[in-house]
Formats: sequence, structure tokens, C-alpha cells
Amino acid sequence: MTSFWSLWIIILTTITLVAMTWILVGNKKPRERETSQTTGHEYDGIEELDNPLPFWWYLMFLVTIIWGVGYLIIYPGMGNYPGLLGWTQENQHERQVAAAEEQYREMRDRYLAMPIEEIAQDPQVLRMGQRMFGNNCAQCHGADAAGSYGFPNLTDDDWIYGGEPDTITATIEHGRQAAMPAWGSILGDEGVANVVAHVLTLNGRDADENAAEAGAQVFATYCAACHAADGTGIAAMGAPNLTNGIWLYGGTESNLAHSIRAGRNGVMPAFGEQLSEDKIHIIAAYVYSLSHGQGSN
Amino acid sequence: MSELNSALEHPKYNYKVVRQFAVMTVVWGIVGMLVGVWIAAQLAWPALNFDLPWLSFGRLRPLHTNAVIFAFGGSALFATSYYVVQRTCQVRLISDKLAAFTFWGWQLVIVAAAITLPLGWTSSKEYAELEWPIDILIAVVWVSYAIVFFGTIMKRKAEHIYVANWFYGGFIVTVAVLHILNSLAIPVSMTKSYSIYAGTVDAMVQWWYGHNAVGFFLTAGFLGMMYYFVPKQAERPVYSYRLSIVHFWALVAVYIWAGPHHLHYTALPNWAQSLGMVMSIILLAPSWGGMINGIMTLSGAWHKLRTDPILRFLVVSLSFYGMSTFEGPMMSIKTVNALSHYTDWTIGHVHSGALGWVAMISIGATYHLIPILFGRQRMYSIGLINAHFWMSTIGTVLYIASMWVNGIMQGLMWRAYNQDGTLTYTFVESVAASHPGYLVRLVGGFIFFAGMLVMAYNMYMTATRDTVEEEDEQANANTAPA
Repeated sequence: MTSFWSLWIIILTTITLVAMTWILVGNKKPRERETSQTTGHEYDGIEELDNPLPFWWYLMFLVTIIWGVGYLIIYPGMGNYPGLLGWTQENQHERQVAAAEEQYREMRDRYLAMPIEEIAQDPQVLRMGQRMFGNNCAQCHGADAAGSYGFPNLTDDDWIYGGEPDTITATIEHGRQAAMPAWGSILGDEGVANVVAHVLTLNGRDADENAAEAGAQVFATYCAACHAADGTGIAAMGAPNLTNGIWLYGGTESNLAHSIRAGRNGVMPAFGEQLSEDKIHIIAAYVYSLSHGQGSN
Repeated sequence: MSELNSALEHPKYNYKVVRQFAVMTVVWGIVGMLVGVWIAAQLAWPALNFDLPWLSFGRLRPLHTNAVIFAFGGSALFATSYYVVQRTCQVRLISDKLAAFTFWGWQLVIVAAAITLPLGWTSSKEYAELEWPIDILIAVVWVSYAIVFFGTIMKRKAEHIYVANWFYGGFIVTVAVLHILNSLAIPVSMTKSYSIYAGTVDAMVQWWYGHNAVGFFLTAGFLGMMYYFVPKQAERPVYSYRLSIVHFWALVAVYIWAGPHHLHYTALPNWAQSLGMVMSIILLAPSWGGMINGIMTLSGAWHKLRTDPILRFLVVSLSFYGMSTFEGPMMSIKTVNALSHYTDWTIGHVHSGALGWVAMISIGATYHLIPILFGRQRMYSIGLINAHFWMSTIGTVLYIASMWVNGIMQGLMWRAYNQDGTLTYTFVESVAASHPGYLVRLVGGFIFFAGMLVMAYNMYMTATRDTVEEEDEQANANTAPA
């Protein structure tokens, strides 16, 4: 802030506080008592008594003004003047974070040095992980981590990007951006319907044989590069397995047709900016445990 | 009807516009509070939005706030200010046509709000959600209101200007400034505009507006109401002329600084947060000045509370006013705010002011006005006023007590952490724990709303019943002021 605006704030504040004191003290006369004397005005039958300011109220007003001046000397408020304590909300936050760092560093460093498979067996880690999951992940994946439409279930052993400890950690830290292209304009309605028929047969479901056959050709040309020739998916591409009956966006014919026609662009946000490495490590251990027999519940 | 109209025509004053606004106060009170009860039920049972966008909480909540503040509270302020300025200046409004324009203009604003807000057309500024064409209409109506009000004061027959009119005047001028400056925006279409302010400045301007909507619309305006109807109903002189001078100037000078306490621990610079907090604390005494002056006016008339439920409405509203203007400065302290902010405590605080103070003083003043405006001796049923009084009081207490419990519980749950440094509760656990409080709030709000239905019935019967019968009943009663 420029010194002009700083001075502007100081002057306006001072004028206000001085004017309040002046109007308060100026209307106080010594040794006054309650009266039945009116001011002599009368409005629609209403008169006004000439009573003094109640003393306790006068004192309360004065004390709050004096307190306010004191506060503005000790804390920031008067423009650029930082206050005697040098307090800011930023340094208050930094102090509290530093104190927490100090308190928890040893425990965190210990867990961070241990592999995820190992700490995923530790009930204390799982309790911590579950609470952090509840506050950071449950909004999308659900409190039970079972997911919902558009948000993957983390408790089964089907993984879009891979379920190894390192992949889970990378998913949390950097996020994921799905990129299933929209094929509608390339395949046309019939092409889409054919691919749907093929995908249905991959799951052992009934479909028109001719359509499925035509769809298999299309699948080999356009889909196999990511979803693999047999449709079992490629984790490195983030392309899900299409043969196990687990569907992120629903498995009805119209759901499948929509995914193919319009594409899918699911986003897992990156938490590397908001969660420290050790917290991600603990959450990853919790998520890992969900599909490895050590589920918290 | 023409016969009725001429019978209701006051020889000296314009009572027509007062009567119109008084009736709409009750109507909009019912509508606004019904929406409030509905969204309170949605918080307890979210399925009540029926997956319809225009029934969803996010769209109905601004409809509720706009309806109760600007439609219900606004109509009460228009009605009483037009009444009080005429009676205390002893002149008719300077222009009946302009006064009629403010009535129809204001109703048009309200109807436009009731249509556009459920459609999701919003500027997204709290308590200033209406889009720019409606904002312009508000500004035009408001300037007309100022012309009628101040024009009437200028040609007054009384030598001085009565204190109620200072408060009404301060409210009218400041709300014009607040509304226009906060609503400045660049339109991109008829239904969409973008604020000319950005980032933190936008937030600060918004809360400068938001807090002074409370300070001037919901406080100064209603103090104007208090300064006429309390001494009038109690038939006692105002306690202290000097106190009214000191607390009027202190209130208007200090309130305008208090907005930043809505933005504690945000991107707002430290100095602005501190100044907002300091001025909020200093505001306690100026706020209480009005309560003291109102309640002390009852000296020598306390016995009237036993028989006069209208006076009870007025006095209890002052008690809630005193309580919420104590609570406000406390909540503006950063340490307290760190707990209370973003919790239901804030909702409870607002409603102790909105239900306890604003609504109850408006209801009391409207009960005082209705018989006068319809040329009757008194309300159809004093017993029903008494029933309404208890419904309002019990409803308010249930509402604010449940929100205190919820708010403090939420604040404590959000900050609780374990020995390992993790948070003890997830957010959704605090939501689940709030459910019983939401049910109590719904019950309290419903009781308050039901009281408004009782009032509407009483008003209808007062306006339409046989006047001859009334004269007989009232043979021994005091002559009503008219």
C-alpha cells in the first residue's frame, strides 16, 4: 500500500474515533440525575425526556473506544503501521504449522521410510489414513471408498491406472486425466452400435452376432490400441478392462453407446500441492489396504 | 368498493399507500417465511429438492432472504416510514403519485425476484443477487422513495425533525449508496452481468454492502420504527433525547466500518480485518443506545405489558435486538470468529436479529397500524395477537437455540484433532451430527410462520367485519388514535 493510502486510512480512523469520543463526552454533564423534564418538543403526541446518558452505558462506550485505540497500537490496523507485536495472520499460521511439524515429524519420518505394503498392516496407520481419506477423498469416492457413477470403486481389485503401491501414490500426488475420445462422428451411429455389441460379447452378454462381428473389426482398428486386443485394458494408458463387468459409467447398452459416442474425461485431482508426501504415503497405504484384506472396517 | 375507499380516505394524510404496504408486509411475510420453512426442511431432508433445479436450496435460499428482508421488511419500512413522517411532520406526503409509484415499483421488484431467482439468474452477491435490470428498477424506486420522504420532511409543520425520521432518513440515504455502489456491473446479456470489482476488492465491497444492509436496512430503519411505535403504544415520553442524538450519530458513523469482520482470516489485508473488528466492538454501545432508550421509555408503563400484546411484541423485539447486537461484536473478535465462522452459529445470530428484532417489531407496529388504516377501533381479536406473540417468541427461541448448539458443535468438531495430528471428524460427520438441530430449527421456524397466518386471519377479520358491531363492543374502550 502506498503511503498516501496508508495515511488516508490513519486519518479517517482517527477522525472517526475522535468524533465518537467528542460526541460522547460532549453530551455528558457532571452530576446529572434522572428527570421528568421534557425537551419541550412534541410530535404526534410523543414527547422526549431530557434524561442524561446512563452512566454505565457512557462508561462502556468510553472503555470500548480506549480498548480500540490500544488494539490498534498493538496489532496492525492503522494502514502500513504493523503494530507493536508484529502479528499477522500469515505468521500466526506459520507458527502453528511449525509447531505441528515439530510435534509429528518423528512419527511421519518413520512411516515415510517404511514401504506401503508394510504400513498397510499397521492399525494406527490405517486409522490415520481413513480419517484423511474421509476429509480429502470421500467427497467423490464415498466414505466407504466404494465409489459411485464416474468415481471408481477403490475396494475391489480392478484398477484403471494400476493398483501397485507406487501407482496409487502417483495417482494421488499427480492426479489423473482420462482421455477416452468421442468416436461418434468417426464411427457413425451404426459403428457405435456395432462396437457396443462387440463389447457386450466380451462380457458374455447377448448381442446381435452380425453387429458384434462388424464391431470386432472396428474395435481392432480404433479401440485395441488402448484397451488391448482382447479388451482387458492397459493400465499404463488408463484404459479400463472392458471384460469384467465393472463399469465406471454404467454398463447398459445406452451407457456404453454414450461412452463411445461422446467420450469420457474423468478427472482425479492432483493432491501433491495440498497434502505433504508423508500424508499421501499414509493415504496410499489405506487405499492399498482396502483391496488387500486389511480394510479398516 | 368506492364507498369503502372513501370511508378509508384520511382527510389530511395519505393512508392509502401506508395501508397497501402494511397489507403486503403480512402477505410477503407469509411467502418469505414459507420459503424459509421449506429450505429448512430441505436441510433436514435433502430429497425435498425433488431433483428440480428451481426447487433446489441454492436457488430458493436467496429467494427466502430477498423475500423476508426486502419484501417483508422493506414493505414494513415503507408503510411505517410513510405513516410516521406524515404524523410527526403534520403534513401529507408531498406526492401521492410518486408514493404510489414506489408501492407498485417495489412490488414489481419483488415479483421479478420471485421469478428470476428460481430460474437461477443471479449476480451471486449475497443479499444482492438480483440481476442488473432489476437493480436499476430498485435504484429508481429507491430514489423516488427518498424524494417522497425528504420532500415531506422539508415541508413539515413541526419545527424540529423527530428522531424516528433521522433513523429512517439515514437508512434511506445509506441504502441508496450501498445498493448502487455494490451492484455496479458490466452487463453481457439481459440476464447476466459481471461485477466491476475483482477478487478481494469485490469481496470487501460485497461485505461492506452486506453488513450495512444489516446495519442500515435492518437496524437503522427499524430503530426509526421503534422510536415512533414504542412511545406511542406505551403512551410514554422517549426516555432520553440526548441518548438518541449520541447513539444515532455513533451508530451511523461506526456501522459503515464493520464489514471486514465477515472476511476474517481470508485474503483481505490484516489492517482491514483489524479495523473491522475494532469498529465492530465499539459498535456495541451505539447499538445498545437504541435498546436502552426503547426499554426505558416503558418506565411507569410496565403494567401495560400485562394487557397489551402489541407492546409485548415491541418490548421483546428490543430484548432480542440487545441480545443480537451483543452477540455480533463478540462474534467479530477474531478468536471467536475462528470458531463461529462458516457454522450454523452465524445463521442463528442472523435469525435472532431477523425473527426476534426485525420481524417482531414489524409485527407489533403493523398491529398498531391495521385498525387505524382500516378505520377500526382495534384489532378483531386481542387474544389472537397474544397467541401470535407466544408463537413468535417460542419459534424464535427454538430457532436460535438449536443453531447455537449446532454452530458451536460444528466449530468444535471441525477443529478437533487426534494425538497423531489427523482431524478427529470428517466434515460429513459434522453434518450428520447437525441433523437433530435442523429438525428443531424447522419446528421453530414453522411455529413462527404459523403465527403469521394467525396475523393474516386477524387482519382480514379486522378489515372486513361489521363496524357497527365493533362500536358496541368498544363502548367502554379508550378512543383509538387516528
